[in-house]
Amino acid sequence: MLAEKLSVTHQLSEELSKISGKASFMPSSEIGKALQYLEEHGIPNNKQEEYKYCNTEAIIRKEFKSLNGKEIPASKDLKNRYYVGGAYNLYLVNGRFLEQQSEIPAKTMITSIEEVPGAELQKHLSAYAKSDGDAFAALNTAYADRGLFIKIEAGALIEKAIIVHHVYTTKDSFFFNARNLFVIEKNAQVRITEAFYPATGKNFLNNLTEVFTGEHAQVNHCQVQNAGNSFYGVDTLAVSQNRCSNYSHSVFTFSGALVRNNVAVALNEEFSECHLNGLTLSKNQQVVDHHTLVDHQKPNCQSNELYKGVADGRSMLTFNGQIFVEKDAQKTNAYQSSKNILLSDDATVNAKPELEIYANDVKCSHGTSTGKVDENALFYLKARGIGEESARKLLLHAFAHEVIGKVADHDTAAFVEILFENSLN
Amino acid sequence: MLSVKNLQAEINGKKILNGINLEVKAGEVHAIMGPNGSGKSTLSAVLAGREDYDVTGGEVLFNGKDLLELAPEDRAREGLFLAFQYPVEIPGVSNVNFLRTALNEIRTYRGQPAIEAKEFLALIKEKQQLVELDAKLTGRSVNEGFSGGEKKRNEIFQMAVLNPKLAILDETDSGLDIDALRIVANGVNKLKSKDNATIVITHYQRLLDYIVPDFVHILYKGKIVRSGGKELAFELEEKGYDEIKKKYDIAEV
Ligand SMILES: Nc1ncnc2c1ncn2[C@@H]1O[C@H](COP(=O)(O)OP(=O)(O)OP(=O)(O)O)[C@@H](O)[C@H]1O
Ligand SMILES: [Mg+2]
Repeated sequence: MLAEKLSVTHQLSEELSKISGKASFMPSSEIGKALQYLEEHGIPNNKQEEYKYCNTEAIIRKEFKSLNGKEIPASKDLKNRYYVGGAYNLYLVNGRFLEQQSEIPAKTMITSIEEVPGAELQKHLSAYAKSDGDAFAALNTAYADRGLFIKIEAGALIEKAIIVHHVYTTKDSFFFNARNLFVIEKNAQVRITEAFYPATGKNFLNNLTEVFTGEHAQVNHCQVQNAGNSFYGVDTLAVSQNRCSNYSHSVFTFSGALVRNNVAVALNEEFSECHLNGLTLSKNQQVVDHHTLVDHQKPNCQSNELYKGVADGRSMLTFNGQIFVEKDAQKTNAYQSSKNILLSDDATVNAKPELEIYANDVKCSHGTSTGKVDENALFYLKARGIGEESARKLLLHAFAHEVIGKVADHDTAAFVEILFENSLN
Repeated sequence: MLSVKNLQAEINGKKILNGINLEVKAGEVHAIMGPNGSGKSTLSAVLAGREDYDVTGGEVLFNGKDLLELAPEDRAREGLFLAFQYPVEIPGVSNVNFLRTALNEIRTYRGQPAIEAKEFLALIKEKQQLVELDAKLTGRSVNEGFSGGEKKRNEIFQMAVLNPKLAILDETDSGLDIDALRIVANGVNKLKSKDNATIVITHYQRLLDYIVPDFVHILYKGKIVRSGGKELAFELEEKGYDEIKKKYDIAEV
């Protein structure tokens, strides 16, 4: 078993070395740890509990055996195609930051990760996502050669949203390792939305973002995943929160042949709050797998999770939500809810909460539900003259709205509404 | 307007309607009374097109059309309205959006253009006043967190906006306080015309003081066992169903 996994891993490593080489900005000690992890564990397949519903090894073996793809330069008119008025628009093509075309707000430092001075990186890079905890984090550490760095300076209030437009233009099979770092210094406030647009070519994106929120920082972070059906991706998000900070994350998944999201938040200091939301609409043969981990390390923190999904066709949708409340973390409030609607008999939903609570004075609750569209509500709408199609849509909209309504940035919410509407058709 | 002949229906193999006959003409008000479980809601659900029930016999004509052939939404578009005994809560769908969608789908079916935003708002406002529905409620999600009485009033509000030809009110009076009862009845009366008809299902003669029926029918074990004028309701109020039950149960043996 391991031998097979390792041969896939070796082949991938070999191919990746050809196209990307080793990460120039990554300390060699981290790369060493990462390579060793890969050597010992390989790329996970469905025999690993954590990847039970998401056989990445098989995908790589079948679809990304040789990485013969080419990056195609993006057209010059990105601004005409992707632009949000009243926001700061940033452009990344194939994970590389286009500084010239981007709008960079004052009191920030935004640049490609390879260009960040070592001193800035040192404190945070690989501090929140362990290089030897997961194969994709390890791969990323070993081979990332691009990515975005955002620093919001202490006390800066960025009034307009920052919209990161992720554009992928490739030919044939390509495998990206992109590494991003967002540092929100103390007392800063920002809204960051990342939109992943339908890609050309067949891509595997191993995207890893580390986020640090300083004391009293407030961050609204959205990811809109709509990279199309020849897209495969593992997105890892590792967040570390200092005292009194508030981090909200919403992920919207509308397309992708395989989408695996690993979201991990560490509440390292007291009085912090984190909100994790998700809305997925999966269809056809799509596999979407959300794993979240909220680690309450210190007292008086709050976490709130709401993941909703609509699964159609033969798609498989997974939500696995871990909450740790460590011994020290008294007065924790942790809530988690996962609600799903099955639109077809062939679709599958796996929803699994995993709570581990070692403190005694805590409030925790979790709930999951999976069912069909509410027949009573459907009949009620029809009895008022609303046709089957629109009645279903109305109900699904209502279902989705609970999540979309949590997005702080109006433009993002409107964008997501439209994508949701289109995906329903 | 509505002609029900020997209608029979069952659910999960259990027979509930045992041959209903009912003729309703434009301009008429019919009351249907009967003990719990006699099949009143089943009759209204079957007429509205609830798919859980199997119609095993009989026929229903609605303005000359075979009602049982139509999808529930088309029945509504043809002008049938059911005020539910238990209105459904639909979180996330606003009352206003719901009504606009319903109204426009009905209009499209009838070959009319979508209603202008201004006209719609005026309509909503007018009907809201008619049933004295708190304006705040119309902005909220359909029935979500409404009190029992508010839900019933919302049913009549929807009826007022959609202006049906035949309205079936399934125990719209239960759960209403005296004032609300008067308001709802008043609303129904104002909407009454020589071109439309109403079927009120109720347990209480009280409602019929406000909405005066032309006919009263008693439903028992899935059959209309007696019909009469409004005085039948008084008789029931006084004597209860015992006599009817006895008589019918004996006849059954
Ligand atoms: N899904 C179902 N499965 C089995 N029996 C059902 C179902 N729905 C209704 N029934 C039965 O059908 C009968 C008629 O019910 P119905 O709701 O029509 O009565 P009703 O006259 O409206 O009573 P009430 O006055 O209490 O509102 C009852 O005995 C009820 O239990
Ligand atoms: Mg009933």
